[in-house]
Amino acid sequence: MAQQSTIRVEDAPLLTGRGQFFDDLPAPGNTLHAAILRSPHAHARILSIDTSAALNLPGVHAVLTGEDYSKVASPLMVGVKLPIKCWPIAIEKARYTGEPVAVVLADDRYLAEDGLDLIEVEYDVLPPVLDPLDALKSTAPTLHDGLDGNLGSERRFSYGDPETAFADADHVVDISVRYPRNSCTPMETYGVQVSWNPHAQSYDVTSNFQGPFSIHPVIARALNVPGNRLRLKTPEDSGGSFGVKQGVFPYIVLLAACARLSDRPVKWVEDRLEHLTASVSATNREISLRAAVTRDGKITALDYDQIEDVGAYLRAPEPATLYRMHGNLCGAYDIANLSVRNRIVMTNKTPTGLNRGFGGPQIYFALERLVQRIATTLDLNPLDVIRTNLIRASSFPYRTASGAVYDSGDYVRSVDLALTDGGYDALLARRDAARAEGRLYGIGLAAAVEPSVSNMGYLSTALTPAERARSGPKNGAQSCATISIDPGGTVCVQLDSVPQGQGHKTVAAQIVADRMGIDPQAVVVTAGMDTTKDAWSIASGNYASRFAAASAGAVSIAAGRLRDRLARVAAAQLNVLAEDLTFEDGKFRSLTNPDAALSFARVASTAHWAPATLPADTGSTMRETAIWTPPELQAPTEQDGINSSLCHAFIFDFCGVEIDPVTSQVRIDKYVTMHDCGTILHEGMVEGQIRGAFAHAVGAALFEEYAYDDDGAFLAGTFADYPVLTVHEVPALDILHTCTPSPVTPLGAKGVGEGNCMSTPVCVANAVADAFAPLKGPLDLTLPLSPARIAAIMPDEPPAPPGLASPTAPAGKGLSGQGEASVASAPQDIWDLLTDADQLAAIIPGAHGVKQLTPTRFLADVTFGIGPVKGRYRVDVGLSDLDEPNSATLTGKANGPLGVASGTGKVTLSADGNGGTIIGYAYEAAVGGKVASVGGRLLDGAAKIVIGQLFVALGRRAGGQTPQQGLLARIRAWLGRAS
Amino acid sequence: MKPAAFDYVRCDSLDEAAQIIAETGDGARVLAGGQSLMAMLNMRLAQPSVLVDIMQAPDAQKITVENGTLRVGAGVRQETLGKTPDLVGTSPLLARVLPWVGHAQTRARGTVCGSIAHADPSSELPLTLAALDGTVILRKGRKRRRVAASDFFLGMMLTDKADDELIEAVEFPPAPIGAGAGFCEVGLRKGDFAIVACAALVSADRVRLAIGGVNDTPVIKDWSTLSAQDEAEALNALAWSLEARDDLHATARYRRDLVRKLGAQSLKEARSCAD
Repeated sequence: MAQQSTIRVEDAPLLTGRGQFFDDLPAPGNTLHAAILRSPHAHARILSIDTSAALNLPGVHAVLTGEDYSKVASPLMVGVKLPIKCWPIAIEKARYTGEPVAVVLADDRYLAEDGLDLIEVEYDVLPPVLDPLDALKSTAPTLHDGLDGNLGSERRFSYGDPETAFADADHVVDISVRYPRNSCTPMETYGVQVSWNPHAQSYDVTSNFQGPFSIHPVIARALNVPGNRLRLKTPEDSGGSFGVKQGVFPYIVLLAACARLSDRPVKWVEDRLEHLTASVSATNREISLRAAVTRDGKITALDYDQIEDVGAYLRAPEPATLYRMHGNLCGAYDIANLSVRNRIVMTNKTPTGLNRGFGGPQIYFALERLVQRIATTLDLNPLDVIRTNLIRASSFPYRTASGAVYDSGDYVRSVDLALTDGGYDALLARRDAARAEGRLYGIGLAAAVEPSVSNMGYLSTALTPAERARSGPKNGAQSCATISIDPGGTVCVQLDSVPQGQGHKTVAAQIVADRMGIDPQAVVVTAGMDTTKDAWSIASGNYASRFAAASAGAVSIAAGRLRDRLARVAAAQLNVLAEDLTFEDGKFRSLTNPDAALSFARVASTAHWAPATLPADTGSTMRETAIWTPPELQAPTEQDGINSSLCHAFIFDFCGVEIDPVTSQVRIDKYVTMHDCGTILHEGMVEGQIRGAFAHAVGAALFEEYAYDDDGAFLAGTFADYPVLTVHEVPALDILHTCTPSPVTPLGAKGVGEGNCMSTPVCVANAVADAFAPLKGPLDLTLPLSPARIAAIMPDEPPAPPGLASPTAPAGKGLSGQGEASVASAPQDIWDLLTDADQLAAIIPGAHGVKQLTPTRFLADVTFGIGPVKGRYRVDVGLSDLDEPNSATLTGKANGPLGVASGTGKVTLSADGNGGTIIGYAYEAAVGGKVASVGGRLLDGAAKIVIGQLFVALGRRAGGQTPQQGLLARIRAWLGRAS
Repeated sequence: MKPAAFDYVRCDSLDEAAQIIAETGDGARVLAGGQSLMAMLNMRLAQPSVLVDIMQAPDAQKITVENGTLRVGAGVRQETLGKTPDLVGTSPLLARVLPWVGHAQTRARGTVCGSIAHADPSSELPLTLAALDGTVILRKGRKRRRVAASDFFLGMMLTDKADDELIEAVEFPPAPIGAGAGFCEVGLRKGDFAIVACAALVSADRVRLAIGGVNDTPVIKDWSTLSAQDEAEALNALAWSLEARDDLHATARYRRDLVRKLGAQSLKEARSCAD
């Protein structure tokens, strides 16, 4: 097999700028470009959408809303039946920050974005729920009116006899963890180009969708067309996906509806802010995990309680993140008894989807933290706890408690090899030396089973056996590959794996060349998918690490079949037996008579030029499509047993970390990862996959989180606020391999691209916990382990010196502050200013006009901002708690293209004894929308300045004098007094 | 992420640029490297009516040293300043700081004056200008005025520069004779905005610490002397006197930790190279 690292055929075009990515593809001449207006609120009823000003803008051709969408298309189908509707655009209600609310179609993207700024949406802002535990409370706001509460699904499972195991246990050890939201953030964002053909009543879509193609029927159903009227094509090249490009599908549906309604081709390219805010991410999950343990550390039962937060909609393919690992809940350990409670909740966050590791990082973060906790609780060596529980080599194939069949492995040997070849003893000595010097140094371990080639039936484990019986069995994982031979006898291969940069073409060409005895460079592989022309099925696509184990196998099968038929053709022409032929150097040659030989091209072209000369019953030698599904992937059993994936690689990691005493940063000093991924098809690509997953995982462990504030504003809208690690932050990695070939895949290979996303975050966390162990004992750690979080674990900080009272933490949520100012006028004069529209117009910086709606309610059109950052807002201010002329409460809301803000301020006016007034103010404000997503670092300061500007202007107006200093200098003077 | 429409003027001289800005006022923005401005334009956070490109104006490109004071023109890129011969001799602090400003790629485009005009509280260059008691030279049309760094930075992204003014140049005076310079910074990643940055200048009669990333503007703290035994207490008092806040990436407590620890580190570094 092709284990050598051949040069990737993909590289030359990519490195010389000849890649054909989505945005490189030509669009029809009359294409309209789309821009999407998104909700700045996490939860709000949409009262009205005024699109008239946008429609009047020259170059804007149409503006579509959710109501328009619903005229031509339907909600998206979901695997778990719920009385809720999953729309690709908000209808009546917006349920997450960034949810599409309207689409502008214009001659170009610039004009389309001009149009966005002119749409006026009136929202009734509702309280959001962000935390999955809060979402389950009876008092929580409900996202979907049709549903009682936010629980989308609940299932309990029991395998073996967990009750007895817990009752008989020497110890019960438990742990609770929260896994955060993160994403692998591909360089290329989503893109959709779609045309509607009114005559054929069909859609023609090009999109950088990555699969799974189980989504194709979902798209067709949403668009109210039969599957054969939805042609879905993918570009030849991809700027990365890591699962995330699955999430483009709601936009395919949305933009297709736009194309139909506007009767023009439509193109949309997602921008980075849109991608970070509103594409898909990993689920955040709450896991409580208990283990029944014997006194020597043998785990006899596990009990999972998982609460999965899928965001605002339970959208296909969710709840797959939760169920992908269902067969693997005991990881690499031989544990016969298992109970599970799975709950899926909806919160006011972006709906989740595929992301590298898919369900694995969440599970292993709980399981391997627990294994370390067992060791510390029982005072055992964590390595011994791992060893004691590992599945033995003699047990393979091993059926897990929940029904997965682990195909092959020798876990104990892999661990032993990792320890010796990876230098574990030296690492222990290094830790001892560091600790002797008083440094915080820790060692982490993690063992994991990496599943690959998903059983397309695992999702139905979310249904009860009765529900499954009604909907019919679902199982399998069809892989398709087509090999064709042209009249010149040259070979083309079509893949179903929709590669996203991995190098599938190189490996496929190598496999075909090996089988046929021809030069790999003579084989041409195409990767772009066209659902009307290419072989595909439900499982087609790029996910679940299915290429090496499944798609490459289909290629091999197709190549083998064609070769065997060609051998019969050659045998007939050479007058030898087919079994006597060898296939090397582009020739069919007789073993017994080496002079009897024919070129591959000559034999291969025979079917085109002289079909009558083919031996009878040869079958097609021009084209072969192999469609392969592993029989091991059965539907869930009556007892909810599920072989959720076909093959299972093994990973054992250990690492040493040091906590920087100055910066509190976690420095990964040494990291060793041992993989058994079965037969390796291409060493260089396997290494690339491991390094890539490791880099993503270090990001998840130490840097990255899709963070929201309490009001549901999304805070990580740039790569400054979602700090993807750069080459400087990626630590060195030692990679080791063992190999137990898979008996269930055609080439013996298993997936390898996701494993470190599963093992590394928890391995690093275990090392951090170990670093603090001498100081703190067991720790609950939450990712990412940012320096600020680590600093909070460090010993208490020195107290504030006398006279410098420690500043009190701001009360309430969001931004807050207070300040005071002295002015020359009496309190009553100030009071009069605050209640007069014309005066307010003069006071509010940048006001274009103030309308007094009632004596205590004002509407203002205001331009304000900080430095160059300026935006126009509609501001609605109300006065309440009036105590003339002493105090009042101001409540305000601001709305504009840059975002929204709402806040409350208490103003007190007290006479200073010299005829003047001391104005005191305290405010609490929340900011959402674009400014919150891209300027989080600066918001607090910005709020202070904007509020400060207001009171400076108030003071100046009330003082009735020309300021002697410049306005800005006065602001500074005022701010100096604010705290 | 496409900017709103704007006019673009490429100026051949700073005179021309100053003229246009004086006439346009609030609607004009200087394009001088664009490492912050272009992102703000694309996100429509800034929507100027005129973009005044000064990078082709030869008189904006000058770097001069007079009586030890380093004068940097409006169009001088950070990388260009970093490659100035004997920068270590002219301004040891600047020489230490420049590699911390963004990344090599952003330094190749970004300008010194642009960073100072932007006045990000986490930026290294405003901090350095303040630490060295530098001066900003502003122009409105043909009129010039000089503003001390301590008066120039008013708040976050807020300066004493009026909308109709242009920064013509900034001046970094030499540190006191015999002063040693130290600089330490912590960001999440290499090249990130500083969570806390500390510049230290130690000479015979003064110990100075300048702190960036905590308050909205650089904070300067001077001691006439600071003995080793008083240092920890002094740094703790300084840390608690600042307006450290929580944000997405750091807590107030972490910022105070860094002020104490980076303060000590940068002082140590400065002492080690003081005469």
